[in-house]
Amino acid sequence: MNRFLKYIFFLVILAFGTVNSMAAESKQRFPKPEFATGYSQPNTTAPAARFQLLEYLDVTVLLAVMLILTWLVLKKRSRRGVFWVSAFSLLYFGWYREGCICAVGSVQNVVLGIVDPTYAIPVTALIFFLLPLIFALFAGRIFCAGACPLGAIQDLIAFKPIELPKWLQKVLGLIPFLYLGLAVLLVATKSEFIICRYDPFVGFFRWDAPFHMLVLGILFLLVGVFVARPYCRFFCPYGVLLGWMSRFSSHHMKITPSACIQCKLCANSCPFGAINEPVAETGKRRSNVYRLMVYFLVLPFWIGIGGYAGSKMHVQLSRFNRTVYLADLIIEHPEVKNDPNNIDVRTFMSLGKSMDKLIAEAVVIRKQFETGSLILGGFMGLVIGMSLIRLSTFRKREDWEPDQTNCLSCARCMPYCPVKE
Amino acid sequence: MQDNSEPKNIERRRFIRNGMQLALAGTLVGVAALSVKKTRASGMVWQIDPFKCVQCGRCATECVRMPSAVKCVHAYNLCGYCDLCGGYLKPDPNARSTAAENQLCPTAAIQRRFIEDPFYEYVIDENLCIGCAKCVAGCTSFGNGSLHLQIRHNLCKNCNECAIARVCPAEAISRIPADKPYQIKGGFRKTPAKDKG
Repeated sequence: MNRFLKYIFFLVILAFGTVNSMAAESKQRFPKPEFATGYSQPNTTAPAARFQLLEYLDVTVLLAVMLILTWLVLKKRSRRGVFWVSAFSLLYFGWYREGCICAVGSVQNVVLGIVDPTYAIPVTALIFFLLPLIFALFAGRIFCAGACPLGAIQDLIAFKPIELPKWLQKVLGLIPFLYLGLAVLLVATKSEFIICRYDPFVGFFRWDAPFHMLVLGILFLLVGVFVARPYCRFFCPYGVLLGWMSRFSSHHMKITPSACIQCKLCANSCPFGAINEPVAETGKRRSNVYRLMVYFLVLPFWIGIGGYAGSKMHVQLSRFNRTVYLADLIIEHPEVKNDPNNIDVRTFMSLGKSMDKLIAEAVVIRKQFETGSLILGGFMGLVIGMSLIRLSTFRKREDWEPDQTNCLSCARCMPYCPVKE
Repeated sequence: MQDNSEPKNIERRRFIRNGMQLALAGTLVGVAALSVKKTRASGMVWQIDPFKCVQCGRCATECVRMPSAVKCVHAYNLCGYCDLCGGYLKPDPNARSTAAENQLCPTAAIQRRFIEDPFYEYVIDENLCIGCAKCVAGCTSFGNGSLHLQIRHNLCKNCNECAIARVCPAEAISRIPADKPYQIKGGFRKTPAKDKG
């Protein structure tokens, strides 16, 4: 009986408290006065966001640019045409649209759309993600040739391209895979969008950027004078996906319009090192096949090493996440709780969330990172293993052909070919 | 022997290529199908929930734009038109006047106008406002909280990930549908669930 009374009493108090606080919320501390002089109160302005139809215009422009480029590269075989289209893309997607929306960053939106039930991906972002990949699946990396503003700005300043040694190209070529993997991991754990944060050129498009962005951008442009399109070849995470699509594309551009006459005139025309020389098969075919099989058998070993290394990194990686970072910080340095200059800790303390709750959240996120970095490491092991296989095997080739994975379809090699249709 | 295997070779390569092409196309369709289920036709924009904001001052420094696309807005309906305004005047001002020494705002972006005794109107000049939230803190702690921060969409670049949202200690900035791009106090209540009904 006593317990029942207590319960009722508690309920009444609770109800009273709720009503009281609701009343307090709806009433102003200083009620609005009633003016005698006929003062009319101004409206709070709310300037509109960009008109929605214009977003669809962006998609239409992208589609048009891609179609024109495909025609220019595959049918017209015109470097000049590609150049002017890329200049247009730079103006439109770069300086007019100021770098957002962009296909490179849309990878993150797609991943977030899949993992986060509260996030609905805008249709335009999804189309920006899919369209270049679909084109790449049939016609190669047309998007890189002249629709990507990031590529276009580098393409225009590649004045004195030097040829990098093959081994360096291969090693640097691993970075995009790592970048893509990291970006997906950090989005999947709802930590941040690193591709956008470290976009080197968006600052130029906006004429306004944080310091690190500007430094990064100027550095890339300076390097880009001598190493053609460094961001595209050695960093762009979207380029990895485009490369996979382009590798197996059925109508990829050819250097020669008909039969190659082995004149070697195109050999040095590619600033990106994406032209493959003819290779004759050496040794016995059977032993070569055996060798390839051995390499493939070693592949799981690479994946294992990568996965192990990756899972060792998960504690460091998880600090990219702000919740984990904050929890770690407070546990390792309890004195920050009293630091009035640490805004994050101060806010956390003032919001009244308990330390246990924060730690529980951080533990869940760190668990996600544990799985994620294991997968990331395994993926990197697979990538390294596969590129070693590609380095140590021959693929018989009779003509000079574009390397479909890395070829950016820029059409620079075409004018060098003396063969006419 | 060598010559005989040649067409076979090319045939095999084509087979592998077509197979891989099909597999990749399938993957793309899969990703598209997964995403299409929850796409939205209208875009998303970033906005500050004024009830979550803790006035830390990062909006002024972290925005990719300089000055920030975050500005202080005034919900006049909530304003008490006080003479002693916690958002306009410094704590313990020398006088309740428009003298620079008494103003809390570092850029003098708030204009104080006399209406009738003892009421004053406060209007924000957004060209001067840098979004530092000093006035918001003052108004929220000493007044009605009618001054609050909002992302102005005529200035915002709508970055894929808002640079301020990434570091907002109160996680007050989130994506909201572009057809309702503001969360201005007064119309926008602390309990959005009730507001919808």
